[in-house]
Amino acid sequence: MQEPAITPDLIEAHGLKDDEYARIVRLLNREPNFTELGIFSAMWNEHCSYKSSKKWLRTLPTTGPQVICGPGENAGIVDIGDGQAVVFKMESHNHPSYIEPYQGAATGVGGILRDVFTMGARPIAAMNSLSFGVPDHPKTASLVSGVVAGVGGYGNCFGVPTVGGEVRFHPAYNGNCLVNAFAAGLVDTDKIYYSEASGIGMPVVYLGAKTGRDGVGGATMASAEFDDTIEEKRPTVQVGDPFTEKRLMEATLELMATGAVISIQDMGAAGLTCSAVEMGDKGGLGIRLDLDAVPQREENMTAYEMMLSESQERMLMVLRPEKEAEAKAVFDKWDLDFAIVGETIAEDKFIICHKGEVKADLPLSPLSGEAPEYDRPWVETPAATPLGAVPQIDPIDGLRALIGSPNHAAKQWVYQQYDSQVMADTIRTPGQGAGIVRVHGTTKALAFTSDVTPRYVMANPVEGGKQAVAEAFRNLCAVGAKPLASTDNLNFGNPEKPGIMGQFVGAIRGIGEACSALEMPIVSGNVSLYNETDGTGILPTPTIGAVGLIPDIDAIIGTVAQPGDAAYVIGATAGHLGQSALMWEMFARAEGDAPPVDLAAERRNGDFLRAQASAIRAATDLSDGGLALAAFEMAECSETGVSLGISDIATLFGEDQARYLVAVAPDATDAFEAAAQAGSVPIEKVGSFGGDALSFGDRVAPMSELAPLYRSAFEEAIFG
Amino acid sequence: MKAAVIVFPGSNCDRDMAVALRAAGADVSMVWHKEAELPSGLDLIAVPGGFSFGDYLRCGAIAAQSPICRAVVDHAGRGGFVLGVCNGFQVLTETGLLPGALMRNGSIRFVCRSQPLRVETNASAFTSGYAAGAEIALPIAHHDGNYFADAETLAALRAEDRVAFRYVGNPNGSVDDIAGVLSENRRVLGMMPHPERAIEPAHGATDGAALFAGLVGALVSG
Repeated sequence: MQEPAITPDLIEAHGLKDDEYARIVRLLNREPNFTELGIFSAMWNEHCSYKSSKKWLRTLPTTGPQVICGPGENAGIVDIGDGQAVVFKMESHNHPSYIEPYQGAATGVGGILRDVFTMGARPIAAMNSLSFGVPDHPKTASLVSGVVAGVGGYGNCFGVPTVGGEVRFHPAYNGNCLVNAFAAGLVDTDKIYYSEASGIGMPVVYLGAKTGRDGVGGATMASAEFDDTIEEKRPTVQVGDPFTEKRLMEATLELMATGAVISIQDMGAAGLTCSAVEMGDKGGLGIRLDLDAVPQREENMTAYEMMLSESQERMLMVLRPEKEAEAKAVFDKWDLDFAIVGETIAEDKFIICHKGEVKADLPLSPLSGEAPEYDRPWVETPAATPLGAVPQIDPIDGLRALIGSPNHAAKQWVYQQYDSQVMADTIRTPGQGAGIVRVHGTTKALAFTSDVTPRYVMANPVEGGKQAVAEAFRNLCAVGAKPLASTDNLNFGNPEKPGIMGQFVGAIRGIGEACSALEMPIVSGNVSLYNETDGTGILPTPTIGAVGLIPDIDAIIGTVAQPGDAAYVIGATAGHLGQSALMWEMFARAEGDAPPVDLAAERRNGDFLRAQASAIRAATDLSDGGLALAAFEMAECSETGVSLGISDIATLFGEDQARYLVAVAPDATDAFEAAAQAGSVPIEKVGSFGGDALSFGDRVAPMSELAPLYRSAFEEAIFG
Repeated sequence: MKAAVIVFPGSNCDRDMAVALRAAGADVSMVWHKEAELPSGLDLIAVPGGFSFGDYLRCGAIAAQSPICRAVVDHAGRGGFVLGVCNGFQVLTETGLLPGALMRNGSIRFVCRSQPLRVETNASAFTSGYAAGAEIALPIAHHDGNYFADAETLAALRAEDRVAFRYVGNPNGSVDDIAGVLSENRRVLGMMPHPERAIEPAHGATDGAALFAGLVGALVSG
């Protein structure tokens, strides 16, 4: 086949800017050919190179005594004692999911699971954070159905419990939904695998599904804005096969146990290109690939197509040649395709051969090392407009507005489509704060949460960034877990706009400050930019996934209050209604500043809560919807009522940070109050649980009326 | 009591099943689907949950053709005990060891939740640990749990007291609320709910423990 000539149009179609192309020509001392252009476009797009974000990501705290491996590998690794570690990461699959919701979401889950087991860890938990447009937007119902079915379809078949997540709706996501997938796995600290190749002349082995044309150019697509040609991009979305992924995982872990693996890298974005360059670059080696040996699903594939294919469920590894027979036995057992497709070479080169021709001959290390890096112009986000007058409302009407909205209603329609209990170690299923999974065969457990409040980040990126971390910290503390570390999935609009870049810079600053103060370093993450449609950006959405350790499952704090228990708020209440869920859901007003985050108070109150675990029957953090929503949710989950001696709207619905609602048994209240006083922790008794009604001051509503609204509003709003 | 858990490449509840059987005192071995023979002296074969061969079309249909399934059928033919849970139930209907079929859920959606059930008979080794008529709760997690059998088969299942469990609040459209059925000789049980996910307080539910305890007890003393 005649390869296209390199023209300005072709360069533009590959997402490369003029100066970037000039850089390529300078590096090579010649024009690239078509295959080489494809390789550069794959390595230098935003998705793979982080060229707009790198400068700022370097400012994040990434170390700590618990951190075994920070950002830069497939996933982060954190020590959990006893020679064990948790491996985790969160990653977006936004653009593919909007184009083809089921497969886009499914392959997002597949990709993140591969990142985890590539490091030698067996995945033990998954979460997902989903953001959609408004319920009455014509695409929303089909996106919700498709994305949720895709997440479930992949994770359920693979066999990992989905134990948490978020679902939100806002008009800013009408043309650009977000699908952020998290996975965590368990590994022995002496059995961790990395991507760094070593040794010259070592075989490069391809394992897994055959290569097809699916996803060719996917990473470039993910680095562009959407416009009305979106339907034409459907073929760039990959198709997932969780059954193959399951076999790939088992085979990979068995192969590692034989000692045959020197280095390993999954084929994700930009497949064969990215994985080969990564392994060579990390090891200071060159790579030669012979594409004739690549298992192919379709006929007459070109070198260009094979190098850019994003076919799923594939691994690249460098193996010890003397272990070839043992390795082959493992592949045969699991009926997986494998092939020796190349070798490591001493020279710093990336050489691609196909049908007797050299299709690419590039210097290897500059493919990642010399990728462009931008210091994009940015402007600080202007101070938020002050919150105007808040109308007088009946607090019960305020609560109804919240629990009747799809944002704050119960999400069982979503999470019942996810297998949350496979592996039989799930201790807390979705819908009750952080998910909890026992470390198999031990009495330890890990807690998982995913948090961000995009309204806050929009109004005030710095405080909003801090708040996302603080809320994750609180969700972990509320179950009795010690927060260990975080992963960030940073979803923003077009970074070439200084206002958007300013949101990014501000959010990173806030996240960094909070991660330092709360000792939850960022150990992995992903940046998704260009989340815009026809020039309109999403709400800035830096999703924080976080993991906490529970040393003994007997110390887990519950979620169910008993009738007669006292209700306390831990933390100080000022009544901050700016950017609150109440103002948005009841009055469609996004006004005022985000609530300020006092990181010292977060730390003190979280530590206090964990220290008091044995005195506390049930706990939840206060976030969206403030005390009013938290009190209702705890009562609903406990199948009882609650009465608060408060009717003031700001006190009930304010979203002041560093707060928790806890239920304390009557015989434990004295000790609890004394401990708070001794620790100078502000607490306030706000009411008690029991009865069959909810009351805010003298306003009363039966739980039998509120609970059905809360349980049905999601499905009602989306599917009517 | 000697038990084997069959492992297909897409099984994902195999470990959970082994843990539950061992907790009840069974001596458990794992048997790969490519084996043509079972370990000798087995009292029980468990076919676990999962997605045996991806199961993109008819769940369990490919698994039922695997070498090990011929051995499972032979074991049952000799009067051996077989327990199939979730995907295992689907496989057992595909092998013909149990009547009926499991179709896509009526909602067309996967469903995972705690499900109330009624134990309809305790006249089997599997249900001997329960009181007949007892209401219990077990986790369910399936996309294809909508049990169907023709009228004649249903009449026989009822007449012969072979409906082991019925759903209280049908989650998937199963005919006659059927959640689990026994073979004619009462030594093969297929059920969609997952007893192995409810055997200890950490699971938040323990109603599955009686199934394993009753089964191991019956097979040891029997």
